[in-house]
Amino acid sequence: MKRRDFLKSMTALAAGGAVSAPAVFSPARAQGRQETLLIVSESGPNNLDIHGIGTNVPGYEVSWNCYDRLISHEMKTLPNGTQYYDRDKFKLELADDMNIGDMSVTFKLKKNATFQDGKPVTAKDVKWSLDRAVTVGGFPTFQMGAGSLTKPEQFVVLDDNTIRVDFLTKDRLTIPDLAVIVPCVVNSELVKSKVTDKDPWGLEYTKLNTAGSGAYRVTTWNAGSEVILERFDNWKGGPLPKMRRIIWRMVPSAGNRRALLERGDADISYDLPNKDFVELRDAGKLNIVSTPYSNGIQYIGMNVKTPPFDNLKVRQAIAYAIPYQKIMDAALFGLAKPLYGAPADAKTEPVWPEAHKYNTDLAKAKQLLAEAGYPEGFETTLSFDLGFAGVNEPICVLTQESLAQIGIKTTINKIPGATWRTELNKKVMPLYTNVFSGWLDYPEYFFIWCYHGKNSIFNTMSYQSPEMDKLIDGAGAAASVGDKATYDKDVDGFVDLAFADIPRIPLYQPYVNVAMQKNISGYQYWFHRRLDYRALAKG
Amino acid sequence: MGSMLLKRVLAAIPSLIGVVIVTFLLTRALPGDPAAYFAGPAATKEAIEQIRATLGLDQPLIIQFFHYVVDLAHGDLGKSLTTGQPVAEEIRARLPASAELTLLGLIVSMAIAIPLGIMAATKPGSIIDHTCRIVTTAGVSLPVFFTGLILVYVFYYLLGWAPAPLGRLDVFYSAPPTVTGFYLIDSLIARDPETFVAALKQLILPALTLGIFSLAPIARMTRASMLSVLSSDFVRTARASGLAPYTVIVTYAFRNAMLPVITTLGMVFSFLLGANVLVEKVFAWPGIGSFAVEALIASDFAPVQGFVLTMAILYVALNLLIDVLYGLIDPRVRLEA
Repeated sequence: MKRRDFLKSMTALAAGGAVSAPAVFSPARAQGRQETLLIVSESGPNNLDIHGIGTNVPGYEVSWNCYDRLISHEMKTLPNGTQYYDRDKFKLELADDMNIGDMSVTFKLKKNATFQDGKPVTAKDVKWSLDRAVTVGGFPTFQMGAGSLTKPEQFVVLDDNTIRVDFLTKDRLTIPDLAVIVPCVVNSELVKSKVTDKDPWGLEYTKLNTAGSGAYRVTTWNAGSEVILERFDNWKGGPLPKMRRIIWRMVPSAGNRRALLERGDADISYDLPNKDFVELRDAGKLNIVSTPYSNGIQYIGMNVKTPPFDNLKVRQAIAYAIPYQKIMDAALFGLAKPLYGAPADAKTEPVWPEAHKYNTDLAKAKQLLAEAGYPEGFETTLSFDLGFAGVNEPICVLTQESLAQIGIKTTINKIPGATWRTELNKKVMPLYTNVFSGWLDYPEYFFIWCYHGKNSIFNTMSYQSPEMDKLIDGAGAAASVGDKATYDKDVDGFVDLAFADIPRIPLYQPYVNVAMQKNISGYQYWFHRRLDYRALAKG
Repeated sequence: MGSMLLKRVLAAIPSLIGVVIVTFLLTRALPGDPAAYFAGPAATKEAIEQIRATLGLDQPLIIQFFHYVVDLAHGDLGKSLTTGQPVAEEIRARLPASAELTLLGLIVSMAIAIPLGIMAATKPGSIIDHTCRIVTTAGVSLPVFFTGLILVYVFYYLLGWAPAPLGRLDVFYSAPPTVTGFYLIDSLIARDPETFVAALKQLILPALTLGIFSLAPIARMTRASMLSVLSSDFVRTARASGLAPYTVIVTYAFRNAMLPVITTLGMVFSFLLGANVLVEKVFAWPGIGSFAVEALIASDFAPVQGFVLTMAILYVALNLLIDVLYGLIDPRVRLEA
């Protein structure tokens, strides 16, 4: 058959199809569809720049795909075949060379890398971007500080192509912190032309426009309904991505997101209720990938500053009264990694998250409660964030029911998402469930925020213990000089202490669940848990 | 007529000022703290205070109100924190989406409800009257999101007749150049029948959902109004004079029964415009209702204020329009009355 005839007959076929089934795409659109990825999710970005004020998590996804960093992470393959970022192996993105010295690290930039408007990426752009990250305030500055990157003076331009980052102290989190989303490189010439007196960093411009050297750029953004991204064909940060266009639509109804996937109209969705994921997985029509949050746990926290939870025996009683297995089955449909009921003789490992040895044992809980001086129990409130009611509500109801059996009467307090953080900040809720996860996957990173006596906002229990502080600081110091033996000893020490004092009761490690069509490949799990479009492919 | 209109518009100003003050105070009384919300999950106390200052929320309420009124006088409704866009622009982009859907829903509803009401009134107690009763009761008692989900499930998921519930257009179409903001009209202006058909396809299910929901008041009002007109003297005279039943019912009776129906239509329209939030959620419709609800959840003040203000202005305009329509239908009704 001749090519022309073939095309003609195909067109005729397609036209015929269009009459009988109106959903069929015309040939041009079908071609577009092959190179286009349709993502559906519940909510979209409120800002395209992670340096902006109050950028939400979907906004991080845009930043990740539209901007480059100096370095990024290599991938490794998990036993189940999932591509998972390798915490310890760095990959050069905008940098061509990374030279780590004693108190500084020097990067040479890729010579041919350009921004999406064609201007070359220079060391001046990198410095301006890093200066911006450490000075704009809010989340980006906070995240930079987590890696001891706090002052513009730390970023030194050596020549057009070379930049040095000086260390304030020896901190093993400094290099990993340069590979998170925040230290992205912005087109400084372009953004500087848009600054005003009130807005010296041009945040208003980058809120609505992407100005990076990354693999994609946003061409259309209708807040709350869709984001359309086009590939930047001259991208130098890695191999050219397969997908030419990404259409990201916000579909608020979870039922419809599922229907779109099952009908084959949407390619990927990643925020469906656990029940739907389990059903979709069992139906087998789609690829479902479940990966535990790195360095993240869902827990029940107790305020140790106020009675009755200032009493260790009461906290232990609660830890023995949580219906762990019921929570796993009824609230999560098994889609989580349990963090309870480790065997009594299990040795503590220098890793986190790790399972504790408490199990549901109501007789023991009752006895501990009596020893603590509350044989009749007491009354308290159990709070949760309504923003994640799908999981939080069943957890709280099951816990309430179980606590009632040892005489503790709880009133469930549902707090709307907008006020949840305000309430957490006050640190007055006696009993609550919450999730914490850190981008940087190191045990001491988790503990410094959640258990250290400097009482950061994530130490929601107001837990204070000089012994704990010593172990956490000790592990940090040991890590920075590479003293593995001391590090392991200190990590074991603080994990043991956290379980013995039990101010927060880990329940499980949540899963990131992604559902996609069978013809989609290249999904990668990242510490930020959002999608990386650059590796995704179709067909 | 012109000066009468002006008088009516002026009379609406005090109520609009009231709306501005009340919405300002109400949004401030919401329990949420926008600064804490937008500072993100990893914010320190200082970061939250920093954001509070940037948003101007650290200033006394009266100063904030003053700034708000000054901005308002310049036509600036403020900025939405959740979407990052100016509220005025958001409303301009989203109001046509909601209005197009609501209008079509209303047309669907009228097309079913008015004939049904007339037929029920001409033969009270008959099968058709009972059908009318059952349809309206069912329509009003099914929650919109339920009707919407059922329609999606049957016509999209099971049968595959309807397009994916992905908002105003399938993802592979681009919107017609904006003239009115109504895709159906804009695509016709752009002479793009393909986009017209695509937009219409997306509209059918949500419009049907809204139509089913708003059937009841219109059908019931038509029936009641027709019943009273049909029992009046002039209809009896018309019948006695041997006019055809069609002429009697449509030309004489229905025209006289229209006044209360128009009032109901106006109320149903403004009610639907605000209340179709759930339909918008189900069909991922980028409308004004879902925008306002999302803002409310995030204690994002500016869009909520802007939404309430827009709605208030719409109500005023709509009431005025209905009063003018009254005068056209029944010359005895004067605008002053």
